[in-house]
Amino acid sequence: MATATARVAASAHPYTYAICAAAWAVPGAGHLWLGRRQKGLSFLVLLPLMFACGLWLEGRLFPFEVTEPLVGLMALADLGNGIPYFIAQLLSLGAGRPVAVTYEYGNAFIITAGLMNMLVVLDAFDVAQGRK
Amino acid sequence: MVLFSFFVSGVFATLMRETVAEQFRLGARLLGAFVAGGIVLGWLLYALPL
Repeated sequence: MATATARVAASAHPYTYAICAAAWAVPGAGHLWLGRRQKGLSFLVLLPLMFACGLWLEGRLFPFEVTEPLVGLMALADLGNGIPYFIAQLLSLGAGRPVAVTYEYGNAFIITAGLMNMLVVLDAFDVAQGRK
Repeated sequence: MVLFSFFVSGVFATLMRETVAEQFRLGARLLGAFVAGGIVLGWLLYALPL
Protein backbone atom coordinates (compact mmCIF):
# COMPACT_ATOMS: atom_id res chain seq x y z
CA MET A 1 0.00 0.00 0.00
CA ALA A 2 2.75 2.41 1.05
CA THR A 3 4.81 1.34 -1.97
CA ALA A 4 1.89 1.97 -4.35
CA THR A 5 1.31 5.42 -2.82
CA ALA A 6 5.00 6.25 -3.17
CA ARG A 7 4.99 5.07 -6.80
CA VAL A 8 1.97 7.28 -7.61
CA ALA A 9 3.60 10.26 -5.86
CA ALA A 10 6.84 9.71 -7.78
CA SER A 11 5.07 9.62 -11.16
CA ALA A 12 2.82 12.62 -10.43
CA HIS A 13 3.19 15.60 -12.74
CA PRO A 14 4.67 18.68 -11.00
CA TYR A 15 2.00 20.99 -12.46
CA THR A 16 -1.04 18.86 -11.66
CA TYR A 17 -3.19 21.75 -10.40
CA ALA A 18 -2.20 24.03 -13.29
CA ILE A 19 -3.19 21.21 -15.66
CA CYS A 20 -6.56 20.92 -13.91
CA ALA A 21 -7.10 24.69 -14.18
CA ALA A 22 -6.22 24.61 -17.89
CA ALA A 23 -8.50 21.60 -18.41
CA TRP A 24 -11.38 23.51 -16.83
CA ALA A 25 -10.70 26.78 -18.70
CA VAL A 26 -10.29 25.21 -22.15
CA PRO A 27 -11.98 21.82 -22.55
CA GLY A 28 -9.34 19.27 -23.56
CA ALA A 29 -6.36 21.51 -22.74
CA GLY A 30 -5.35 19.31 -19.80
CA HIS A 31 -5.11 16.22 -21.99
CA LEU A 32 -3.25 18.15 -24.69
CA TRP A 33 -0.75 19.36 -22.04
CA LEU A 34 -0.26 15.76 -20.89
CA GLY A 35 0.46 14.61 -24.45
CA ARG A 36 -2.88 12.85 -24.99
CA ARG A 37 -3.48 14.63 -28.26
CA GLN A 38 -6.35 12.62 -29.67
CA LYS A 39 -8.39 12.78 -26.46
CA GLY A 40 -7.63 16.48 -25.99
CA LEU A 41 -8.72 17.34 -29.53
CA SER A 42 -11.90 15.28 -29.17
CA PHE A 43 -12.86 17.16 -25.99
CA LEU A 44 -11.85 20.47 -27.54
CA VAL A 45 -14.33 19.90 -30.37
CA LEU A 46 -17.18 18.05 -28.62
CA LEU A 47 -17.64 20.07 -25.42
CA PRO A 48 -17.63 23.66 -26.81
CA LEU A 49 -19.82 22.44 -29.70
CA MET A 50 -22.34 21.01 -27.26
CA PHE A 51 -22.25 24.27 -25.28
CA ALA A 52 -22.80 26.26 -28.51
CA CYS A 53 -25.72 23.98 -29.42
CA GLY A 54 -27.25 24.76 -26.02
CA LEU A 55 -27.01 28.49 -26.69
CA TRP A 56 -28.38 28.00 -30.20
CA LEU A 57 -31.37 26.15 -28.69
CA GLU A 58 -32.03 29.28 -26.59
CA GLY A 59 -30.85 27.81 -23.31
CA ARG A 60 -30.01 30.09 -20.40
CA LEU A 61 -26.80 30.74 -18.48
CA PHE A 62 -28.20 30.73 -14.97
CA PRO A 63 -27.17 33.40 -12.43
CA PHE A 64 -25.84 32.54 -8.97
CA GLU A 65 -28.83 32.94 -6.69
CA VAL A 66 -28.56 32.02 -3.02
CA THR A 67 -32.33 32.14 -2.56
CA GLU A 68 -32.88 29.55 -5.32
CA PRO A 69 -30.63 26.55 -4.56
CA LEU A 70 -31.51 24.68 -7.77
CA VAL A 71 -30.74 27.73 -9.91
CA GLY A 72 -27.43 28.05 -8.01
CA LEU A 73 -26.58 24.43 -8.80
CA MET A 74 -27.40 24.93 -12.47
CA ALA A 75 -25.19 28.05 -12.47
CA LEU A 76 -22.37 25.96 -11.00
CA ALA A 77 -22.84 23.34 -13.73
CA ASP A 78 -22.84 26.11 -16.38
CA LEU A 79 -19.58 27.46 -14.94
CA GLY A 80 -18.01 24.05 -15.60
CA ASN A 81 -17.76 25.04 -19.28
CA GLY A 82 -14.79 27.31 -18.54
CA ILE A 83 -13.80 30.12 -20.91
CA PRO A 84 -16.65 29.48 -23.41
CA TYR A 85 -19.03 30.35 -20.54
CA PHE A 86 -17.33 33.72 -19.99
CA ILE A 87 -17.21 34.45 -23.74
CA ALA A 88 -20.96 33.76 -23.94
CA GLN A 89 -21.53 36.07 -20.96
CA LEU A 90 -19.44 38.83 -22.57
CA LEU A 91 -21.36 38.51 -25.84
CA SER A 92 -24.66 38.61 -23.91
CA LEU A 93 -25.57 35.16 -25.19
CA GLY A 94 -27.42 32.76 -22.95
CA ALA A 95 -30.22 35.08 -21.86
CA GLY A 96 -32.57 32.19 -22.58
CA ARG A 97 -36.13 32.45 -23.83
CA PRO A 98 -38.40 30.39 -21.54
CA VAL A 99 -41.29 30.49 -24.03
CA ALA A 100 -39.14 28.90 -26.76
CA VAL A 101 -39.96 25.25 -27.48
CA THR A 102 -36.27 24.35 -27.26
CA TYR A 103 -35.54 26.25 -24.00
CA GLU A 104 -35.33 23.18 -21.72
CA TYR A 105 -33.33 21.25 -24.33
CA GLY A 106 -30.88 24.14 -24.54
CA ASN A 107 -30.49 24.15 -20.75
CA ALA A 108 -29.87 20.39 -20.78
CA PHE A 109 -27.11 20.82 -23.41
CA ILE A 110 -25.37 23.66 -21.52
CA ILE A 111 -25.58 22.00 -18.09
CA THR A 112 -24.47 18.59 -19.37
CA ALA A 113 -21.53 20.10 -21.27
CA GLY A 114 -20.39 21.82 -18.05
CA LEU A 115 -20.73 18.66 -15.96
CA MET A 116 -18.91 16.54 -18.55
CA ASN A 117 -16.07 19.09 -18.63
CA MET A 118 -15.77 18.61 -14.87
CA LEU A 119 -15.43 14.86 -15.49
CA VAL A 120 -12.73 15.61 -18.07
CA VAL A 121 -10.89 17.72 -15.46
CA LEU A 122 -11.00 14.78 -13.01
CA ASP A 123 -9.66 12.47 -15.73
CA ALA A 124 -6.83 14.93 -16.45
CA PHE A 125 -6.07 14.97 -12.71
CA ASP A 126 -5.86 11.16 -12.64
CA VAL A 127 -3.57 11.12 -15.68
CA ALA A 128 -1.36 13.85 -14.16
CA GLN A 129 -1.13 11.84 -10.93
CA GLY A 130 0.06 8.81 -12.88
CA ARG A 131 -3.01 6.72 -12.09
CA LYS A 132 -4.00 6.17 -15.73
CA MET B 1 -32.31 13.67 -28.47
CA VAL B 2 -30.04 12.08 -31.07
CA LEU B 3 -27.75 15.15 -31.06
CA PHE B 4 -27.60 15.13 -27.25
CA SER B 5 -26.88 11.39 -27.24
CA PHE B 6 -24.17 11.89 -29.86
CA PHE B 7 -22.28 14.41 -27.69
CA VAL B 8 -22.66 12.46 -24.45
CA SER B 9 -21.63 9.13 -25.97
CA GLY B 10 -18.72 10.82 -27.77
CA VAL B 11 -17.31 12.32 -24.55
CA PHE B 12 -17.87 9.16 -22.49
CA ALA B 13 -16.30 6.92 -25.13
CA THR B 14 -13.27 9.24 -25.36
CA LEU B 15 -12.93 9.22 -21.56
CA MET B 16 -13.31 5.48 -21.09
CA ARG B 17 -11.27 4.00 -23.96
CA GLU B 18 -7.70 4.58 -25.09
CA THR B 19 -7.56 3.75 -28.80
CA VAL B 20 -9.64 5.46 -31.48
CA ALA B 21 -11.11 2.15 -32.72
CA GLU B 22 -12.27 1.23 -29.21
CA GLN B 23 -13.69 4.72 -28.74
CA PHE B 24 -15.71 4.44 -31.97
CA ARG B 25 -17.04 1.02 -30.96
CA LEU B 26 -18.08 2.13 -27.47
CA GLY B 27 -19.43 5.45 -28.79
CA ALA B 28 -21.63 3.66 -31.33
CA ARG B 29 -22.92 1.23 -28.69
CA LEU B 30 -23.67 4.05 -26.25
CA LEU B 31 -25.38 6.13 -28.94
CA GLY B 32 -27.56 3.15 -29.94
CA ALA B 33 -28.40 2.41 -26.31
CA PHE B 34 -29.29 6.05 -25.55
CA VAL B 35 -31.53 6.44 -28.61
CA ALA B 36 -33.21 3.03 -28.20
CA GLY B 37 -33.64 3.62 -24.46
CA GLY B 38 -35.15 7.05 -25.12
CA ILE B 39 -37.68 5.63 -27.60
CA VAL B 40 -38.64 2.73 -25.31
CA LEU B 41 -39.02 5.07 -22.29
CA GLY B 42 -41.03 7.50 -24.41
CA TRP B 43 -43.51 4.78 -25.39
CA LEU B 44 -43.72 3.49 -21.80
CA LEU B 45 -44.51 6.99 -20.52
CA TYR B 46 -47.02 7.46 -23.37
CA ALA B 47 -48.88 4.40 -22.17
CA LEU B 48 -49.02 5.63 -18.57
CA PRO B 49 -52.15 7.63 -17.69
CA LEU B 50 -50.40 10.71 -16.24
